[in-house]
Amino acid sequence: MSDGATPRPPGRLDLVLGPAGPELTCEECFERLDVHVEHELAGRDADAAVPGMRAHLEGCPACADDHASLAALLAAG
Amino acid sequence: MTAGLTSTTGGGPVPATATDLDDESAAWRRSLAAGAPERDAAMARLHALLLRAARFEVSRRAGALGERAGRELDDLAMQAADDALLAVLRKLDSYRGDSRFTTWAYKFALLEAAVKVRRRSWRDREVPLEDAAWERISDRRASPHDDAHAAELLSAIRRAIEDALTAHQRSVLVAITLNDVPIDVLAERLGTTRGALYKTLHDARRKLRAALAAGGHDVGEAREGASA
Repeated sequence: MSDGATPRPPGRLDLVLGPAGPELTCEECFERLDVHVEHELAGRDADAAVPGMRAHLEGCPACADDHASLAALLAAG
Repeated sequence: MTAGLTSTTGGGPVPATATDLDDESAAWRRSLAAGAPERDAAMARLHALLLRAARFEVSRRAGALGERAGRELDDLAMQAADDALLAVLRKLDSYRGDSRFTTWAYKFALLEAAVKVRRRSWRDREVPLEDAAWERISDRRASPHDDAHAAELLSAIRRAIEDALTAHQRSVLVAITLNDVPIDVLAERLGTTRGALYKTLHDARRKLRAALAAGGHDVGEAREGASA
């Protein structure tokens, strides 16, 4: 997150109802995944760099998994 | 196509500009270009990196595969690395240098590995499209008033799912959000793509929210108040 706060894990109802705001598609998410993760790991404003990414990650468990995996791989060095 | 993801833009690859590339990323792109004298060696080095990423991903998800042998897991990782290398080469022209080349390439290996593991772990399992696990929606509120409020809200959601959605939208929403069926697995079973299914899910959620709002329910409050 851009403000450094840990996002609340989406609950079941969050998943059913989905994100409220505009979100990327799965294809757009994949295209920008690398940029968002690099910004996040560098402490830059990832959500401003890739608008709609955060909302999509809240609504799509598979893309959220992919995002977490890329972040973990890069963090592992 | 990469592991069930298809482009919806139809605009073709965006021409890459090398102006902002860091030296290492520029070297990767140069050495992997068609006709480059060092291309075979670069492909071998890239494959090794992709295999490392794929093994990392398979290892993270090994629990989903139960007691499978290490050899089978490594075969999955190798297939993922092979497929990822082809995807990277196919998409090379679209790499714009917005991230390091290796970060950009790793995501293909991680996606291929994740999709393969998800599909393998569900290979012999039935995909539940109905009989939603409603008990998974629990409520954290303490007071009797809040209990009653939450019960009313859940009832409204169940009704909206039954009444406001098409049969296909209902199946997709229930499978993914209530029965935890991975979207890649569902896409494979239904003969479609992850992107197309997510569009269906998105439309279903929008109708669900509209139905709840029309019934006087605060969707924002629902998201914050009752979650599993």
